Amino acid sequence: MSADEIKVTAASKKDKKANPKEVTVDPATTQMLAKAQADGVETIFDRALTMKPCNIGEQGTCCKNCSQGPCRLPLPKKGIEGKDTRMGLCGATPETIAARNFARMVAAGAAAHSDHGRGVAEVFLAAARQETDDYGIKDVEKLLEIAPDFDVPTTVMVEGEDGVKVEQERDIYQIATEVGVKALGEWGKQEGEVYYAKRAPEPRYELWKELDVVPRGIDREIVEIMHRTHMGVDQDYHNIIKQCSRAALADGWAGSMIATDLQDIMFGTPYPTQGEINLGVLKKDHVNIIVHGHEPLLSEMIVVATQDPEILEYAKSKGAHGIVLAGMCCTANEILVRHGMPIAGNYLQQELAIVTGALDAMVVDVQCIMENLANVADCYHTKLITTNPRAMIESGNTLHIEFDEHHALEDAKRIVKEAIDNFTNRRSEVLIPNVKEKMVVGFSQEAIKYHLGGTFRGSYVPLNDNIINGRIRGIGGVVGCNNARTMHDSAHLIVVKELLKNDVIVLTTGCNAMACGKAGLLTPESAAVYCGPGLAEVCETVGIPPVLHMGSCVDNSRILMAATQVVKAGGLGKDISDLPAAGCAPEWMSEKAISIGQYFVASGVYTLFGVGLPVTGAPRFQKHLFEELEDIYGGMWDLELDPYEMAKKMIAHIDKKRAALGLDKKKERVLMDMADRQKLDAA
Amino acid sequence: MSKLVAFAAIQGAYNIVTKVEGLYKRAVEQYGPEQKLEFPNTGYFLPIIYSLLGIPVKDLASAKRPLEVARSLLPAHVQRATHLPYLGPLLDAGMAALFAEEIAEAIRYVDDPDFYLHSEECEVVKDADGKVDWAKSKIWLGAADDVVMRKRGVEFVDGSAPGFAAIVGAAPTPELAKEIAEEYQRRNLYVFMAANQSGTTFTEQLVESDVQVGWGTRLVPFGPDISAAVFALGFANRAAMAFGGVKPGDYRRILQYNKDRVFAFVNALGEVNAEWAANAAGCVNWGFPTIADTDIPEILPTGVCTYEHVVANVGPHEMVQKSVEVRGLKTVITKVDIPLSYGAAFEGERIRKDDLFVEFGGGKTQMTELVEMAEMDETEDGKVTVIGKDLGDLGDKGGRLPMGISVKVAGRKMQADFEPILERQIHHLINYAQGVMHIGQRDIAWVRLGRPAVEKGFTIKHFGQILHDMFHKDFGSILDKVEVTIFTEPKDVDEFTKKARAAYKSRDERVENMTDEGVETYYSCTLCQSFAPTHVCVVSPERTGLCGAYNWFDCKASYEINPTGPNQPIEKGECLDPVMGNWKGVNDFVSKASRGAVESYNFYSLLNEPMTTCGCCECIAAVLPACNGVMTVHRDYTGETPCGMKFTTLAGVMGGGQSSPGFVGHSKYNIVQRKYIVGDGGLLRMVWMPKSLKEELAEGIKRRGEEMGVPDLIDKIADETVGIDEATVLEYLQKVGHPAMEMDPITG
Repeated sequence: MSADEIKVTAASKKDKKANPKEVTVDPATTQMLAKAQADGVETIFDRALTMKPCNIGEQGTCCKNCSQGPCRLPLPKKGIEGKDTRMGLCGATPETIAARNFARMVAAGAAAHSDHGRGVAEVFLAAARQETDDYGIKDVEKLLEIAPDFDVPTTVMVEGEDGVKVEQERDIYQIATEVGVKALGEWGKQEGEVYYAKRAPEPRYELWKELDVVPRGIDREIVEIMHRTHMGVDQDYHNIIKQCSRAALADGWAGSMIATDLQDIMFGTPYPTQGEINLGVLKKDHVNIIVHGHEPLLSEMIVVATQDPEILEYAKSKGAHGIVLAGMCCTANEILVRHGMPIAGNYLQQELAIVTGALDAMVVDVQCIMENLANVADCYHTKLITTNPRAMIESGNTLHIEFDEHHALEDAKRIVKEAIDNFTNRRSEVLIPNVKEKMVVGFSQEAIKYHLGGTFRGSYVPLNDNIINGRIRGIGGVVGCNNARTMHDSAHLIVVKELLKNDVIVLTTGCNAMACGKAGLLTPESAAVYCGPGLAEVCETVGIPPVLHMGSCVDNSRILMAATQVVKAGGLGKDISDLPAAGCAPEWMSEKAISIGQYFVASGVYTLFGVGLPVTGAPRFQKHLFEELEDIYGGMWDLELDPYEMAKKMIAHIDKKRAALGLDKKKERVLMDMADRQKLDAA
Repeated sequence: MSKLVAFAAIQGAYNIVTKVEGLYKRAVEQYGPEQKLEFPNTGYFLPIIYSLLGIPVKDLASAKRPLEVARSLLPAHVQRATHLPYLGPLLDAGMAALFAEEIAEAIRYVDDPDFYLHSEECEVVKDADGKVDWAKSKIWLGAADDVVMRKRGVEFVDGSAPGFAAIVGAAPTPELAKEIAEEYQRRNLYVFMAANQSGTTFTEQLVESDVQVGWGTRLVPFGPDISAAVFALGFANRAAMAFGGVKPGDYRRILQYNKDRVFAFVNALGEVNAEWAANAAGCVNWGFPTIADTDIPEILPTGVCTYEHVVANVGPHEMVQKSVEVRGLKTVITKVDIPLSYGAAFEGERIRKDDLFVEFGGGKTQMTELVEMAEMDETEDGKVTVIGKDLGDLGDKGGRLPMGISVKVAGRKMQADFEPILERQIHHLINYAQGVMHIGQRDIAWVRLGRPAVEKGFTIKHFGQILHDMFHKDFGSILDKVEVTIFTEPKDVDEFTKKARAAYKSRDERVENMTDEGVETYYSCTLCQSFAPTHVCVVSPERTGLCGAYNWFDCKASYEINPTGPNQPIEKGECLDPVMGNWKGVNDFVSKASRGAVESYNFYSLLNEPMTTCGCCECIAAVLPACNGVMTVHRDYTGETPCGMKFTTLAGVMGGGQSSPGFVGHSKYNIVQRKYIVGDGGLLRMVWMPKSLKEELAEGIKRRGEEMGVPDLIDKIADETVGIDEATVLEYLQKVGHPAMEMDPITG
């Protein structure tokens, strides 16, 4: 379609335009949506009005796994009295169909995260082997910390001059190469267990073993889902969900976790840093580049490229005052938490960044990139550049510059030059919303530990202590996407604010983190405004925001590790499922979210989703997910469309866990006398 | 309002580190990098830096690295808005300040060697009007040396000192300073003092109020500047290494040990400036909170400390109570029905001549103490009878009196064996009364009573009252009745003394005849386990506890008093090796108690599987292979020894509860017990001892020498006047014909 054709199409649907004030709570989004409509550009917000979701697909009971269908098994509005006799041609029950569809979402989600992880591992190995000058080992400490998890020794016994063997530190690159080989091996492993499974609290690991859900290898578990969900294979939803757990755990505790760790080693483990967010970070007189997607491999190099004096000079030669590099979606989170680079917005704002008319290039890699970007870009001067061989866009005038880690910086510079060259092509009126917020981000589990006690006393004990004494009621993980079927950012913010009000500290990643950032919840000042008195006091003591931004959606693995650290710090039970904690994804949309949800459930977390879950057409399957899994894993799924209710349910679960830990009663101050001191355990 | 604290403390840390960097630069220019840097007589270098960073600072050159660490720990300043988290950085800043200050204090020892008085007691000089002559007085004691640290550390270990209050600044008035200090004394806490408030110090306030300061009274004046706070923390960290067996550089365990086991806290008196804030932040790393009397921002959430981190606005009258509560410490004020304050902290008080009102014993008159078991129906509990003169009869001037204290104790669980144990308590129980000094025991006891005590209404009857009340408190489970009779007429005292001496004699014979073979039950001792968690003593009649505080009878009594307490009976079981002293029952116990770390140990050997040693030991014996013998050194001897290590180094190497062949910890008394290293040849192997130890044990060594057929053994044992290297010692041994020269080779 040409730009004019697009505009005509939009005009023909002019009676069905989204009301910019009703579809988002974000003022920048409202402003840009109005501009898009004025410019005659159609966006996802408008299409959400004209196209309704498929009623049967929404329930999860449409089967198109063979050519005898699609078989559609909707649940009657009035429900079913007596025996449920619905079945597909082959006899598949709604449960089997919904479970198979669900499993395929898990497979797709796990594949997405894990393929990202594979890419990272490949680059890491190249860096370890010193085959590339552009990537290196930045965080040696973390490398040494994770090496033992892969059974890679960090020291070696060598014979000294006097013939006595002495322990010596091994070469960093040697360690890294072995870690890289073993990490990359996790994808193709056929038997045994993925290394990181043992990172979980011991009772959790033992439970997985007992249930036979410890992942063998990442790819294998995903492939097995595809096999099992093929026509006429696994037709017991219990058994299908078991494989879902295995594949999802291979995502959370392997693919994603390896991605996070290796990225940290190459690019630095995030520590708190300041940043800015929202479309207002773009500058009219600068070359504006947005990196959008998920992997930091390219964006890290673009960060370097945009700081290159030669490149900056080139930008000036084109009349620009400088270069603004901003992120969008999880790529944004990656470069934000490591470098404090600004974020232009979250998922639903991607088209609107182009609508500013100030965006000279949007550089994308993988995941959550709307094809319509190409159409919107055609309406303005913006160059849409795809970079990943896995992710090309046929629409529009998309430019593909393939990114190769072996000459990464070179590629990055070429991309940035394309943007600079495009600066002079700006045509329509530029309108950048004067909306941006400051934030403090970068709370890796390592950073949290440091900030709770410094170099010498850093530990999770102060967090546990304040949960035990009730200042903090519990931990809420609020994560996930945006969804055009719900008001943009609204549910995110309601849930988070309700939790804060009730002294629940919030850990966040992904698009929720950005929603919080835009609303000012990632500032330390927000604690006094939004939190209950206990949480506010703790935030004030540590100097943290009440919502801790832990990174991208792949970095949900950081939440798993933080939860594990909390368990290990003691006083809150022996397993993740004992913790007064709950998780949710109020505005989820991607299949990755389903994989994340399943690995949190299998790790023992009560996990609530908003919007809708494609399981409602299969009541027995839904009951299995929502209730029966709790008896198996200590964690279970739930669906709640009302964000206030969602928060309430999380808090109720937290209170249930507090009561089980005996934390519902006030603890008396213990004054120790000599007899008490003699009873202290050996140090 | 933690943000304000963080802002100030980080600023303060910058000031301190920058200042010390300047000081360091000047010192290097002035003295050169080879200039030695050290605190007096310690094996732990600059102890905070050594314990936490594992860096032994020996000279200016080696102080460079820790100073660089301090600089690198300084975090960014806290911004006004959208600031980064500051708790971790704040604690780091505090640590940076302390590292720097420790170096500054070490440089002070070079710049001004006489600034601190290397002593346990201050020198307070008064002029003719009784006013303190500050110019002539020396009140600042600086770093505690290892002798003090070990001696006092044991009190933290056994619980007789529950913790310490680090007081910085000054109280609003000297009277309030006195009130606070005495309240801490009554609760047996140590008070470590540093810093000044506009030139006034808490220490000077106490001295002005006639309060005795020094280690003896647990009121320790470290220094007039805030940097002297490092002496308190250095003391605590050395305790963790000496008694807890924590290795230098293992900062996590050192600090955790302090948080869990050393009940210390900071009292900030007066305006808190940025540098104080930095020091307070540093202390939080140890789990030591700050309680202030001014309106500073509070930090109440818990976590790094056990409870609150900073508590403000605490008035002087509530300071002590609030402080122990914030630290999570239970302190008990011993209530004795006498008109004086009472507590362990008053034990070290001296009664100066000018203050003396009356003296009992001490060579001029006779004083005797005796505890005897009596029948229940012969004893009237609580009755105290004074026969003879009382203090009122001495007029205003006071004077001297003889005294005999006869204590009759009755109870269903009382045994004659407990008599000497109770009797030995009389010394410290009487000494605990403020203004009363007690020295010695049995028929060489000596008591001095100060005029202020008498003015407060203390009479002779109160000695009895103290013993009655305290015996009931400490030994209530073995006795039911305590009756005291006190004689002050010379004739009565002499008669009583005669009777007492007969009792001592028969008692000594009974103890003397106790043998390891004669009993089936030994006792474990885990009294020090709160501090030395991996060490377990086993005490037999012929091997008293290595701390010197507990013999077999003490353990037995302790078990009777508290059946679930630190002393448990061990059936010694089958004897596996009578020469080395090895029993199956003991091994089983030790293996279990050490969680398998130690499976067997010998009572009578330092060469083969010797008993484990903890930091509390009185002496450490070591093999001198060239001399074919052993040496031993006690903790009061600070010099070098022929084994190449001072006591403190030996204790540092040994004191973690390990069994180290070639070395063993033991009590002083054990040296003259019959079974002393008998598996290696016994006392005849002893080739070197410090002179003071030899003199202290002279009588016993002579007796043992005679028993072993070498009556002049004592003269053949070398000491530091002979030499402190093996070659010189060997030469001496050959010259005098030491029996070890003729014995089988000690090694192999």
